[in-house]
Amino acid sequence: MSAPTPQGSPAEELPQAVPFWRDPAKRALAFQLVVLIIVGAVGYVLFSNTQANLERQNIASGFEFLEKEASFEIGESLIDYSAADRYSRALLVGLLNTLKVSLIGIVLTLALGTIVGIARLSHNWLVSKFSAWFIEVMQNIPVLLQLFFWYAIFYETFPAPRQALNPMPGVYLCNRGLLFGVPESHPIHTWMLLAFIVACFSWWGFNRWAHGFQDRTGKALPVIRMGLTLCILLPAVTWLIGGAPTAMDLPVLKGFNFKGGQALTPEFCALLFGLVLYTSAFVAEIVRAGIQAINRGQVEAAMSIGLKPGQVLRLVILPQALRVIIPPVTSQMMNLTKNSSLAVAIGYPDFVAVTNTTINQTGQAIEGVALIMVVYLFLSLSTSAFMNWYNKRMALVER
Amino acid sequence: MSEPVTTTSATEEIKPPVSNVGVLGWIKENLFDGWFNTTLTLLTLFVLYKVLPPFVQWAFIDAIWSLTEGARPGGDGAVWAVIPENVRFILFGFFPEGQTWRPIAAILILFALVFYSKDLTNWNRFFGPIWTVGILVMGVLMYGGIFGLPVVETSKWSGFPLTLTLSLFGMVGAYPLGVLLALGRRSRMPAIKSLCVVYIELIRGVPLISLLFMSSVMFPLFLPEGMTIDKILRAQIAIILFTAAYIAEVVRGGLQAIPKGQYEAAESLGLPYGLTMRLIILPQALKIVIPPTVGILISAFKDTSLVVIIALYDLLKTTQVTLSNPKWMGFSTEAYIFLAILYFICCYVMSSFSRKLEKALHTGR
Repeated sequence: MSAPTPQGSPAEELPQAVPFWRDPAKRALAFQLVVLIIVGAVGYVLFSNTQANLERQNIASGFEFLEKEASFEIGESLIDYSAADRYSRALLVGLLNTLKVSLIGIVLTLALGTIVGIARLSHNWLVSKFSAWFIEVMQNIPVLLQLFFWYAIFYETFPAPRQALNPMPGVYLCNRGLLFGVPESHPIHTWMLLAFIVACFSWWGFNRWAHGFQDRTGKALPVIRMGLTLCILLPAVTWLIGGAPTAMDLPVLKGFNFKGGQALTPEFCALLFGLVLYTSAFVAEIVRAGIQAINRGQVEAAMSIGLKPGQVLRLVILPQALRVIIPPVTSQMMNLTKNSSLAVAIGYPDFVAVTNTTINQTGQAIEGVALIMVVYLFLSLSTSAFMNWYNKRMALVER
Repeated sequence: MSEPVTTTSATEEIKPPVSNVGVLGWIKENLFDGWFNTTLTLLTLFVLYKVLPPFVQWAFIDAIWSLTEGARPGGDGAVWAVIPENVRFILFGFFPEGQTWRPIAAILILFALVFYSKDLTNWNRFFGPIWTVGILVMGVLMYGGIFGLPVVETSKWSGFPLTLTLSLFGMVGAYPLGVLLALGRRSRMPAIKSLCVVYIELIRGVPLISLLFMSSVMFPLFLPEGMTIDKILRAQIAIILFTAAYIAEVVRGGLQAIPKGQYEAAESLGLPYGLTMRLIILPQALKIVIPPTVGILISAFKDTSLVVIIALYDLLKTTQVTLSNPKWMGFSTEAYIFLAILYFICCYVMSSFSRKLEKALHTGR
């Protein structure tokens, strides 16, 4: 079963020189046919078995069950949901919960992973050893065990709301989760958000103009400093114009539980904690490798043409390091998203957990598992499509 | 080496200042050079000061190591007594009491095999047969049935042996499948290539837990009426199918690293595809990818803990069963720390092995 050459085989030019069973092209065709037939046959047997089994167990296949009443409660939800809603709505709640924990987790993981990765390279012996141990310990303990551990810390070690730990004013830790105060809702907040978006856009526009300015005159403008100032100043001014509301919505102990403020459930906290700590150890290793991959001569050359340390980092090290770092970090982000499915083990209602409940209630195992696979495939493929696009932009442009 | 006598008279030897050598110099250079590093050092020391003493107090000073009869332990310290009291169940689960020596012996054989494999000079023609014999002996020890050993059904295998079995056979089963998939993905036959690409990307795009769900709720539907497969075997198949896709990607990396000249040289010798791969390409490609393959073995080992979700009694599940006993409720932290140390040691040994291999193989090329 040798592989054919891409452009036709010499057998066509030499009639009768090679019998057909020795012709690589025809053998390849036959081999592929055989494999396809085997795969098809196995698929058919599985399909007919499944059909027969489903008929015997009186399970109707198809997605009609999505329209039925779910009749189970979900602990936390970003949208309105009650047990009277349909399965499709319950699944949507689960999907949103998955996205919530993944997105927050990805942001925190990138931050923590970068810090630990850079700390690993620090000249400071203490800091470097500290991060080395962090990486080693986190990488070598199964993430599920870490989730169980953090969850146990929440529901066993932390006290009841009445004796809640109060590490910072307005922040409470107890076995009901993490509670913290937020500014009381005020119409000016919408305007502050708008001001922030305007500031970001003007940063972007100013950046483009400054590039042109530098090309024309050779003078570099402090774009980053200006942009950051703008992003802070504009919302702050808006806040002042709106009368500077300082009222806070603080969690207050009432009876046996807290009222008000924002609460993160123990399940969510444990899941987020476990995923972020576990994945950031891997990200840290990638960041370290990416920075170490840069030739020392690059830094020396950049310094010798008079760039400041900040500029060396921004203009020379990062653009090259990111090229090495981005592809593996992307796959770590996808790992985090996939690992968020372990939520089912500690009772956070993510997509897999809700689907699992649905499967148990309706018996629609095939449809349920298929839904899980489709959702995660879609998330993975869209992440990798986005990252491929980004990677192409960052890729080395060779002369 | 003789003393350089001539120079001493010309220039007086100047010793570096005391603060630049010895312990003080080391501290200055590594911890307190510049305000930034000094701040970092002080910050780290402060965190350590805040965290370490309470932890030591909890874990060692106030800790309860063994239990007095009857009473449920209390107090501020760690109750490590939960470990020795339940260690047999946590490690070996439902394996019949009195037969515990069998899994212990099997695990010792496995450790001996791993230790044997650490030395690369042992990777010769005896390597495969020795592992095969070892696995057979372990199987006999675990299952029994001959030499007067009572049969222990696989449903009784639990705890550490189950974790090891799932990861070991996961790897052994996934490796050939992964190599085949990698070859298929590099094939010029469109049908084969697309089948392999779809399989690899599909599996890598979904979490392992979805495959385990599939194994527990969907596999029974696939089978003809009256036929059932053991629950552990179903999970094992799911782990194999999952791991194979990752191995395929690693092996593909190795195949891509082989220069084109090697393929062309083999072709010009007249070797057919099978022989080219078996004699020329795969030996080189698989050697390059040994370190990342060990990496996959480590993640497979860690991932076996997921079978707890489909209610198989692996190490994590036996621990949870212990903790659900009213007598031991509330000591999860201690038990999980024990498990974490166990997992850490296993994974650390494997990863240091992989680093050593990487170094040894790097010089070979």
